[in-house]
Amino acid sequence: MLQSILFLLLLVAAFGFFTWQVRKIRANILVGRERDMSGNVAERFQKTLLVAFGQQKMFKRMTPALLHLVVYVGFLVINIEVIEIVVDGLFGNIFGFHRALKFLGPVYDVLMATNEILAALVIVAVAAFWWRRNSNPPLKRFTGPELRLWPKMDANIILYIEVALMVALFFMNTADLKLHELRGEDLPGTFPISNLLVGLLPGNEGTLHVLERLGWWIHITGILLFLNYLPSSKHFHIIMAFPNVWYSRLVPQGQFSNVESITNEVKAMMDPGFVVPPAPTAPDGSALAPTPFGAKDVDDLPWTNLLNAYSCTECGRCTSVCPANLTGKLLSPRKIIMDTRDRMEEKYNSPVIFRPNVYGEEAKHEPITDMMEATLLRGKVTPEELWACTTCNACVESCPVNINPLESIIEMRRFLVLEESAAPNSLNVMFSNIENNGAPWAFSPSDRFNWADDLFAAEKPAATVA
Amino acid sequence: MTPEAPAKKQINVPVMADLAARNESPEILFWVGCAGAFDDRYKRVTRAFVRILDHVGTKYAVLGLEESCTGDPAKRAGNEFLFQMQAMQNITTLNGYGIKKIVTACPHCFNTIKNEYPALGGDYEVIHHSTYLQQLINEGKVGVTGGESFKGRRITFHDSCYLGRANNIYEAPREVLAALDADLVEMKRSRANGLCCGAGGAQMWKEAEPGKKEINIERTEEALATLAGKAEALANLGGVETETSAPGAHDLQGSIIAVSCPFCMTMMSDGVKNKEQESKVQVFDLAELVASAEGINA
Repeated sequence: MLQSILFLLLLVAAFGFFTWQVRKIRANILVGRERDMSGNVAERFQKTLLVAFGQQKMFKRMTPALLHLVVYVGFLVINIEVIEIVVDGLFGNIFGFHRALKFLGPVYDVLMATNEILAALVIVAVAAFWWRRNSNPPLKRFTGPELRLWPKMDANIILYIEVALMVALFFMNTADLKLHELRGEDLPGTFPISNLLVGLLPGNEGTLHVLERLGWWIHITGILLFLNYLPSSKHFHIIMAFPNVWYSRLVPQGQFSNVESITNEVKAMMDPGFVVPPAPTAPDGSALAPTPFGAKDVDDLPWTNLLNAYSCTECGRCTSVCPANLTGKLLSPRKIIMDTRDRMEEKYNSPVIFRPNVYGEEAKHEPITDMMEATLLRGKVTPEELWACTTCNACVESCPVNINPLESIIEMRRFLVLEESAAPNSLNVMFSNIENNGAPWAFSPSDRFNWADDLFAAEKPAATVA
Repeated sequence: MTPEAPAKKQINVPVMADLAARNESPEILFWVGCAGAFDDRYKRVTRAFVRILDHVGTKYAVLGLEESCTGDPAKRAGNEFLFQMQAMQNITTLNGYGIKKIVTACPHCFNTIKNEYPALGGDYEVIHHSTYLQQLINEGKVGVTGGESFKGRRITFHDSCYLGRANNIYEAPREVLAALDADLVEMKRSRANGLCCGAGGAQMWKEAEPGKKEINIERTEEALATLAGKAEALANLGGVETETSAPGAHDLQGSIIAVSCPFCMTMMSDGVKNKEQESKVQVFDLAELVASAEGINA
């Protein structure tokens, strides 16, 4: 009874605390600019099924895709057992039952056996993941100025927790198995891995009972703690990947967003009869503060780009294919996404653990003296990073959960150019060439058709249409 | 005996204003683009493409002096205002002539007109010249015979970002090259994984940010190593995974890097010169290869 009450309290506290944290993050995302992402339900559904559930884009790289698949499937299947654990924990002691799902019979056998094998495979996969990050040298995409200190530790903590959870599961099952063996009873379910481990445990019923309970409590408490760790961690992607893929852009990757307010201005300039639509007002009818062109801070980005930041698991595929990053430039698409999340939490709500990245010499950051300057642009992302982008879409293409770093880069470039006139000088020259000559180079517009002067073709009988 | 000079015919490129004056409309408008009009190297591509249009008897026209920059470099650089000014001006011109269908040899113009003009009132069917050439070959209008033979020559195709990842066109240029009966070799980073030449996003008009290497050098090294079949050279490039089996090395002489974008053309040509391979390896646009194979590239 006491155990049941304790467990109920724990459960309520864990889910309550988790909800509280998720609400904070939801509020962070909603500070972003409005963007209509409604409609296209069928296409969005299909994308979510393929990219999020089906992990389609992970399979561009086979080894990590398979390792990840093991952990992903393990997570899904083992969670069925968590349902049983919760039911056992709440009612088992009161009504005197154990392993609530055993009525499933042969299905229960298969479920438990699958669980055990998956749990073992998860340990193997997690070991491989750990090695990829911590060997010397680690995989290149797990390095970089944005992946030191907390982000590096976060990645390892996740792996350690996952192993601990699996070990607890084996403890619970093995002790339970041995306990039943000693009593000459049959434990429902099939436990291929625990069967191998039975010999390692002591033959004392009391100790076994304690071990079984310990395994049970560690497993479920671990899961609940892990749940509440997610909002502070890159591991939050296990939840956010789904809405993020759902709200993917559905237009061609080459299509950059149109700035409606500028369209109105340009139309008014070109057509004196054009009536500029009135500026949006606050609900009480008062004028809103004018929004800047482009993005200086997180509130200037569309909310989808803020959702992006919470879906990122910092895998670095984007950065590893970025032509600028590959050739030693400062730009790292992953850093821009991580900076966006840090900045939201710094300016608005932060989860339990908040250790924003600080960059030193390596990231060539100008020291921030005035708190007013602690914005996303300049405070975290430098113009040098933004100007190194070739807009090639390699980062967008590579992201397994459809994050779009390019949109944020363009929004910040817009702010630099339209609000601060802070483009590199050579680009200002290009702009004035377009304005004056209708071409980005300094050629006379009257020479535009010179290519057709004295144009000859080798004579050949006209081809017959097949 | 002196060899007889091959017969040549002059092409008078039809200008939209003249057609409109005669109350005629073209089947397709050829959008030349700034590089196609001003860049000496890419003017050759423009001419090659016009030779093909003329050869197959398409009723086409160009805007001539009425064409202006699409605004692509301004938009990628964040100057949305300048972009929209350019776009509105061009849309006024195009709509004024009632243009329905546009072909262009520039993936940047293609992407901008196709994807970004509709929001500003410009709705056209836009096709890139690689798709157009593929259609001509499939329809048998171009036989890619009677001219230079590319049989057995090693060609690698460099994907343009604004054709490939931006608009999912990967097969059309490859099918055009396949028609040449050449020895097509793929770079490790190709199609959706293609590496940018380094010129997109307005980089064409500025110096690169400080780094270890120029992007076009990285890409050219990959292209040359692929053409030469040198696995070791590939392994040394960042981001290229090691080849498992080393294919036999090939002589670079006569190899071709095929491109479908004026900026890629500049970047890859500069890269080949930087590697001092310009006497062996040439960079050609698809239109030039087709016109040469057809025997009409005077």
